[in-house]
Amino acid sequence: MDFALNHEQQLVVETVRAFVESELYPLEAEVERTGVVPPELGREIQAKVKALGFYAPNIPEEWGGGGLDHLTFTLVERELGRAAMALTVWWGRPSNILCACNDEQKQRYLLPCVAGERIDCLAITEPGAGSDARNLATVARRDGSDWVLNGSKHFISHADIADFAIVFAATGEDATAKGPRKRITCFLIDRDTAGFEVRPGYATVSHRGYHNSVLSFDDCRVPAAQMLGDEGQGLEIMNTWLYATRLTVAAMSVGRARRVFDLTAEWAATRRQFGRPIGEFQGTGFKLADMITEIDAADWLTLAAAWALDQDLPANREIASAKLYATEMLGRATDNAVQVFGGMGLVDEMPIERFWRDARVERIWDGTSEIQRHIIARAILREHGE
Amino acid sequence: MKVLVPVKRVIDANVKVRVKADQTGVELTNVKMAMNPFCEIAVEEAVRMKEAGTATEVIVVSAGAQQAQETIRTGLAMGADRGILILSEASLEPLAVAKLLKAVVEKESADMVLMGKQAIDGDNNQTGQMLAALLGWPQGTFVSKIEKADGGLKVTREVDGGLENVALKLPAVVTVDLRLNQPRYASLPNIMKAKKKQIDTMTPEDLGVDASPRLTVLKVVEPPARKAGVKVADVAELIDKLKNEAKVI
Ligand SMILES: Cc1cc2nc3c(=O)[nH]c(=O)nc-3n(C[C@H](O)[C@H](O)[C@H](O)COP(=O)(O)OP(=O)(O)OC[C@H]3O[C@@H](n4cnc5c(N)ncnc54)[C@H](O)[C@@H]3O)c2cc1C
Repeated sequence: MDFALNHEQQLVVETVRAFVESELYPLEAEVERTGVVPPELGREIQAKVKALGFYAPNIPEEWGGGGLDHLTFTLVERELGRAAMALTVWWGRPSNILCACNDEQKQRYLLPCVAGERIDCLAITEPGAGSDARNLATVARRDGSDWVLNGSKHFISHADIADFAIVFAATGEDATAKGPRKRITCFLIDRDTAGFEVRPGYATVSHRGYHNSVLSFDDCRVPAAQMLGDEGQGLEIMNTWLYATRLTVAAMSVGRARRVFDLTAEWAATRRQFGRPIGEFQGTGFKLADMITEIDAADWLTLAAAWALDQDLPANREIASAKLYATEMLGRATDNAVQVFGGMGLVDEMPIERFWRDARVERIWDGTSEIQRHIIARAILREHGE
Repeated sequence: MKVLVPVKRVIDANVKVRVKADQTGVELTNVKMAMNPFCEIAVEEAVRMKEAGTATEVIVVSAGAQQAQETIRTGLAMGADRGILILSEASLEPLAVAKLLKAVVEKESADMVLMGKQAIDGDNNQTGQMLAALLGWPQGTFVSKIEKADGGLKVTREVDGGLENVALKLPAVVTVDLRLNQPRYASLPNIMKAKKKQIDTMTPEDLGVDASPRLTVLKVVEPPARKAGVKVADVAELIDKLKNEAKVI
């Protein structure tokens, strides 16, 4: 057993960290102040990342991506997690699901995304279908050789800067032993398709400048060539290509927690009250001890799940554990950070309140903590049941 | 033109250095190490020369323990062509390093040595100058600009009171200063390629060099802690203290 990163992985970590610290940190205050990243700035970040050869690091080399294995890609996500998501979204990591494209679709969607010419967004969630993603109400009806979509999606991240959406819709219902089941199918919908509209979504407490949108489909007609995978295969391709993306949420939480920890440790060592650094009071020192212990635990849990994926070992339960633990750890760590900073932890001249706000969404998106616990419990019971 | 770039593995510039309890040196266990920042600037310049077509091959060489190989790989990931590790577990003094580098320069028939003006650990600022003397080559030190001129180089040196332009005949030793360039980030393709690039390992004995130390370190201590300042009541008291206590006016 060897816990050391190899030299390539070390260099990857160093490069991403250095880029994030010197190219992205200086932009953050302005993003927090204005709540927007001007598209020109986004394009600039994109161009720098492309020049570094780090664009689309998750996509296999044969499609022009970086071809990183899960572990190394998880390290990239971990370091990116340090910086504001409104900025790191421009460090393109196209959805892995685009690898399910057929050859013709690869030319129109996967390759341009890898080249940074197009940006994708992923639309599953609906007002009536959150955790219960199967229960979606968006429908696609066959009409001749076309499909006609009706319905709406909400909370769709970075749809405002996307050129197309990867959309899940019901194309009918199948009778099963457990009752009727929606037949779910995936479509690629271009931004300018008639009947498809992207509207600003909700202002949220987390990740200023990283916007979500409402997508609506009103008799939105697309040719059959826009179907990703086969009809009724939506859940299968979702499970094949998206189940590992939860790990990126875990990794980003670890990276951000380390950044918060460094700031907090420094504050505890230098802020003096009652004639000594506040870190010397047990109430503060023990917070630091808990923070670093939990950060390390979350880090290893996350890397171990990524490693298992690379070994083709079952990792669904492990990924759920990592997502659950890392995001809850981040919540505790940022809350402790606010406490250690005292009043200064709440003011917007300091970054601490922002990390505290940003942390909150991690326990909700990509499957809530409860859903992760559900996955973990189900896996355990399956193993121990008859 | 074949360019040799010596690189040194040092404590990362962001690490707070601590003296070992027994005062024999600084704490190195579990400390993050990195390429000396001045060496990074030298590698960057050499890679730029290669991209501009003035250099044909860039070789990074490091003398030190086995882990110095990582520092060489970092240079390879920045774009250097191949590496040489001179393996020595014993610590090496500037003169020993200069002798080792001389042997490598001769073995490789290098046309130019591009290196940092100093390493941030010992701050000796000796190796480049000693190497030039041993080779009998011209030297340009503290360089903030390098241009190719016919048959040689034109370099700008950062000296007290200004900039000095010097013409050098090749082959030459050039030591670089902070403002020469901004080193690049290693790109992902280069990081992956670095693994496949060749690193030759040799020892001081292989090179016929006696690298044994000539200096003895007696003791390493922390710099004295800065004392708290004093508050003065008014300008008159300040003037009085400057005159009579500090004796600076
Ligand atoms: C900022 C933001 C960006 C997002 N971006 C995207 C995106 O790009 N694409 C996308 O498709 N979606 C996106 N989402 C949606 C996100 O994935 C959902 O919010 C999430 O899956 C939860 O769904 P919900 O909000 O409808 O909550 P609900 O499903 O209504 O859950 C409410 C509560 O009930 C609990 N609960 C529900 N079912 C169970 C159960 N079976 N057992 C125990 N507890 C349960 C939940 O854990 C939660 O605590 C985003 C959300 C946010 C906030």
